[in-house]
Amino acid sequence: MSVLDFLAILRGAVATVSLSLSGIALGVPLGLALALVRWTRVPVMSPIVATYVSVMRATPAVTLALLIFFALPNAGIEMDPVPTAILTLMLNTAAFNCEIWRAALVDFPREQLDASVSFGMGAALRFRRIILPQILRTCLPALVNEMSLLIKASPAVAVVGIVDVTRAAVRVGAETYRPLPPLLVALVIYGIIVAVFVLAQRKVEQRRITATAAA
Amino acid sequence: MIRDFGITWAHRDQLLNGLANTLWLSLSSAALAFALGCLLAVVLMGRARPLAAAGRYFVDTMRCVPFLLFAYFVYYGLPSLGIRFTNWGAGLVALTLYNAAYMAELLRAAWAGLSREMIEAGHAFGFVGLNLFRRIVLPPVILAAIPMIGNQLIQIIKDSAFLTIIAVPELTHEASSIQATYFVPFAAFVTAVLLYWILCLIVEAAVAGIGRMAETRR
Repeated sequence: MSVLDFLAILRGAVATVSLSLSGIALGVPLGLALALVRWTRVPVMSPIVATYVSVMRATPAVTLALLIFFALPNAGIEMDPVPTAILTLMLNTAAFNCEIWRAALVDFPREQLDASVSFGMGAALRFRRIILPQILRTCLPALVNEMSLLIKASPAVAVVGIVDVTRAAVRVGAETYRPLPPLLVALVIYGIIVAVFVLAQRKVEQRRITATAAA
Repeated sequence: MIRDFGITWAHRDQLLNGLANTLWLSLSSAALAFALGCLLAVVLMGRARPLAAAGRYFVDTMRCVPFLLFAYFVYYGLPSLGIRFTNWGAGLVALTLYNAAYMAELLRAAWAGLSREMIEAGHAFGFVGLNLFRRIVLPPVILAAIPMIGNQLIQIIKDSAFLTIIAVPELTHEASSIQATYFVPFAAFVTAVLLYWILCLIVEAAVAGIGRMAETRR
């Protein structure tokens, strides 16, 4: 395995991280929006979201990627691999994020909502000033956990032709006829990516503990 | 669109065959992973330090690696060490070993939550070693871990879809091959997704049922 091969795997790592982060950046707010639809019991929409979450939870990312990549062009929407990958990861993680946000919303103390209503806050202001800052804090550990799960689901996008860490490593292995070294490099790269998430989560948690101790 | 679903329906035996393979692979690897996970949990909770450290190392590594990478490792990597599998064997071994680590971790977590008194009471009644584990430790641990084991089973079913890449004829693979032959991507993959969904709903219902049973036994 040469330096060039190593760089090829690193380029795959850039693809994995950037696609996953895009999926997360879109999927976390989408999950929140879905959770709000469920929480406020929007008629018609709420059961649709519930079904969506249930189906998505059961759908393998590979199958979803194939569905998006092959079926959307059928409906007249041309899909390139990169948008397909981002859409797949977003739809997948949004369903799990929705459940995380919803759990926090359901547990949100009723008194605070009543208090904010009695202060004359509108629904939007109430959400922005009272609800969001608090559920953001309670959800963060679970959200970060889901992010590392998404990283582990991300090799699925290789089926539509994205060269991520896993695919790059397998390619190098096929070219050099020595599959083990590139796979081990890929393993270390995933280890580092997941470790970054775990460390970030610990940091956030520690800050929360010191913040509550100070308060 | 109706025509597309008609074509998919005409090849239902192929899809059902894929579904059966997915089911067979998932269930057998889940059973094996559970058995291995129990063993690993014993090692993790055990007093043999070097063994526990090695077990922890394995579990942590698996928890960092995406399943697909591990499947590649088993299918392409191990033959260069002289261990060769067919694609079926590689799929089964990869699913089993990978999920054994997760099973071990969730059993360990449930075990760590077990009250000390219960084990001491077991000791007092003369339970030691395997008997203690089988009669005193395992039943409450399994009952506590059932929801997580159910989630893991769903995860196994989803992970098995990755095996399409090493050409195991499971559900996604069959849907793919129908869509490649007749170009009915929407119908083929939506049918596959629905079948996965049904599988997961069954798992969830089973978990809820066992949960109720556990509640009445408590």
